[in-house]
Amino acid sequence: MAVVETENEAHDDHHDHGEFIAHHFDSAEQQFDSGKLGIWLFLVTEVLFFSGLFVAYTLYRVLHPEIFDQAHVFLDKYLGFANTLVLLFSSLTMAVAVRYSQLGKNGHVVWYVLGTMVCAAAFLGVKAIEYTHKWDQGIFVRSAFDYHPGHHEAPAGTLAHALGVSEYLIWLSIIPLLLVVGFAVYAAIARMIEKPNASFFSACMAIAIGGYFIGALAGHFYMEITDGGLGGRSEKAAALMAYENETHSDDEHTNKPVDHHDESAVEQQRAESEIAPYQGPQSDEFDQDVGIFFSIYYCMTGLHAIHIIAGIAFLAWILWRSILGHWRSDYFGPCDYVGLYWHLVDLIWIYLFPLLYLID
Amino acid sequence: MATAAERKKLFGHAENNYLNCSKGFRSWAFTLDHKRIGVMYLIGVTFALLLAGVFALVLRTNLWTNTSELLSDKMYNQMFTLHGAVMVFAFIIPSIPAALGNFVLPMMLGAKDVAFPRLNLCSFYLWVIGTGFLLWAILSGRGLDTGWTFYTPYSIQTDTGVIYATFGAFVLGFSSIFTGLNFLVTVNTMRAPGQGWFKMPLFLWGLYSTAIIQILATPVLGITLLLLIAEKSMHIGIFDPKYGGDPVLFQHFFWFYSHPAVYIMILPGMGVISELIAVYSRKKVFGYSFIAFSSVAIAVLGFLVWGHHMFTSGQSVVVTLIFSAITFTVAIPSAVKVFNWLATMYKGSIALTTPMCYALSFIFLFGIGGLTGLFLGALSTDIHLHDTYFIVAHFHFVMVGGTLTALLGGVFHWWPKMFGRMYNDNLGRLSCFLVFLGFNVTFFPQFVMGARGMPRRYASYDPEFIIFHQWSTVGAFVLGLGIVLAFGVLVYAVFKGPKVAGNPFGAASLEWQSSSPPDFHNFIHQPVLCGPYEFESMVYDEELDTYVLREFMEPSEHPKVEPEPQTH
Repeated sequence: MAVVETENEAHDDHHDHGEFIAHHFDSAEQQFDSGKLGIWLFLVTEVLFFSGLFVAYTLYRVLHPEIFDQAHVFLDKYLGFANTLVLLFSSLTMAVAVRYSQLGKNGHVVWYVLGTMVCAAAFLGVKAIEYTHKWDQGIFVRSAFDYHPGHHEAPAGTLAHALGVSEYLIWLSIIPLLLVVGFAVYAAIARMIEKPNASFFSACMAIAIGGYFIGALAGHFYMEITDGGLGGRSEKAAALMAYENETHSDDEHTNKPVDHHDESAVEQQRAESEIAPYQGPQSDEFDQDVGIFFSIYYCMTGLHAIHIIAGIAFLAWILWRSILGHWRSDYFGPCDYVGLYWHLVDLIWIYLFPLLYLID
Repeated sequence: MATAAERKKLFGHAENNYLNCSKGFRSWAFTLDHKRIGVMYLIGVTFALLLAGVFALVLRTNLWTNTSELLSDKMYNQMFTLHGAVMVFAFIIPSIPAALGNFVLPMMLGAKDVAFPRLNLCSFYLWVIGTGFLLWAILSGRGLDTGWTFYTPYSIQTDTGVIYATFGAFVLGFSSIFTGLNFLVTVNTMRAPGQGWFKMPLFLWGLYSTAIIQILATPVLGITLLLLIAEKSMHIGIFDPKYGGDPVLFQHFFWFYSHPAVYIMILPGMGVISELIAVYSRKKVFGYSFIAFSSVAIAVLGFLVWGHHMFTSGQSVVVTLIFSAITFTVAIPSAVKVFNWLATMYKGSIALTTPMCYALSFIFLFGIGGLTGLFLGALSTDIHLHDTYFIVAHFHFVMVGGTLTALLGGVFHWWPKMFGRMYNDNLGRLSCFLVFLGFNVTFFPQFVMGARGMPRRYASYDPEFIIFHQWSTVGAFVLGLGIVLAFGVLVYAVFKGPKVAGNPFGAASLEWQSSSPPDFHNFIHQPVLCGPYEFESMVYDEELDTYVLREFMEPSEHPKVEPEPQTH
């Protein structure tokens, strides 16, 4: 066909087309530069995507500083810090993986990408412990916020009761469990039907997603040791919780707004900012307005978690191509691009952690 | 230099081309070819235009009397909402960039495709899915009655399909981002060798500026709509005042995207007009760099004026003043373009072909649309005109009089390139006349009504406005007829029109240095770079009945007197 001829003509004139250079690019360099510019622009859109949430955060923190003051103590800063370390470490392994892909050492890339994925899944495991612990205590978004402190036992006779964990955690863990089992089983089958690459990939995936359970177990034992996660909270939180326990046990209807010692400072700030403060419902102010903080918390960390999950999917693709040995010194673009994405996801968490956990 | 046979192969009418190089449903559904994706987009947005156009005609019919006899009030609310939402999100935003841009942009760069062909196809399917969700809001019987802006708190209270529709708009946003990202990277990395930034056709500057806005503004709409969905389904208390949220925050978020989106709609249109005016005046475009930079200036200023949609929302006086002042500055780059187009035509050899007629309509209608924008940017008059038919008329002059006219002009201009067939120019001009006439009859009375206090979005109204509304309704049907005629002329040409060769209009930008329709790889030979507006380098080839680059003709073949560009 004429079309095929002309393509060969045009290409033979200039250069030898590599295995992975798309037909519409003239050179590997042009392809790499296009991809690099593309991924940077994509990261710009990601930053702007989160920007709405950061603006909402800023606005409500300026308008209602007292809510943030009251609410952040419910977040366990040690778990948050541990997750920060996990993500930072995963960025390190990713950076090393990218370097090895540039050197064309595919075997090394496999292990470092796998390490990154284990960290990513472990992050989600810790997050699952944090989320389910809050849900047990009725810490939901604004409209569903119904805080009731104390230790929560799952109903007797359930799996959650037998394991001593939250029922929510069982539900959350079903999908990772299915994935781990599925990949493990497929790894065995692929081994039997002599598909070594697929078998190895599936085994790696099972290990990677298994990271979720490492994170969840670590988080669970941390909660056990610190008696339901009081650890990591300031004394003020303990006092607030004690106060809440008291008022809840006395009478639900005489629950008054919490009197806390920063009130005068807050009033002063309000006066300075000249913005009429939101008056809020007359009763239950503590219970309900704190929910706005958690609305923002769930939106921000939830969207971030979705990005982690997407990151795991992208990393799985990189893992597969590393197993196939695709990376060469003149072709490592995809590994580089996914690395950049992963660093951005890490970076967003670096902002979320202090903004949400370290308000004091 | 080339022989006549070679010229025929390179610049003639091609029997083997991108349309028939492979066959079957799958060859289209999974194509990565930017030209086919562009054609599919064109079909898609045409469908959206016709659907939303029918909604508009139903609305206008209902407004024939002042007591809303045709529709219930609830139905009326749904009708104007769906008209706006489908027109804005599914038609205007993707129309010129995704349909025409997809086809033309890589060819103007002398490239084989856009930088990321898979992302391009993904963008098209996201468009399909997003439009599907918008339609689902209609077909599920729940409808949508918030207006296309989804303002809180009403959008949280209404029981119509806000979640479907906002999710649809969210997905359409990603479609738009992917197109913009693709174009921006393509222009940056895939220009033909030697094609500097200032040797690009001005259409590309328009698309480039549009891409910048798409990338920087659309993600903010994405998160806003996600928050709205979360608010509506879980009451997270960010926008809902009942739970301590701030509904005006939604307006800020929404307009931070949607004002720049206005320029997503108009900038590509301005780019098309820059091409049409130069080609059909057969004269180098006047003030190239001014037109180019004014596109960028509009894109940048567009981010700083969103507050002018909220003059009556209670925002602070200082902020209002600043937004008003910056709004006025947008008029400067817009006027720069208009003056440059007029100067380009001055002493040009103007051919009143169908595309040129549309281009002239654009200048007139956009001029009115732009100038009435100044009334609305001025604080005191805006308080009076806010939420009246004046604003409805203003943005229809810009969006329909501007973008739709530019789209039609552009489609007529590139149609012979797309399908290798020529349309009937007289009927094309008639369609332009009907569109121009119908449009003015529809929207000019709305300026008068609005200035006299007729509020927008009302199903019933005071009897004093009946005559204006009836004029407007008559005009709407004429406008609809014009669009249907244009549609018919174009579709007829694809099947029955006379075959044309590569460059019937004597244009000099690179996409015309190909056969018509183009080869699957766009160019059989790497096109020879020449300035996009150096029309003297194109000479008429009698044998092919088309224009080819002077280098490809034997000196003896050069015509003594160059004929006018042909008009069929």
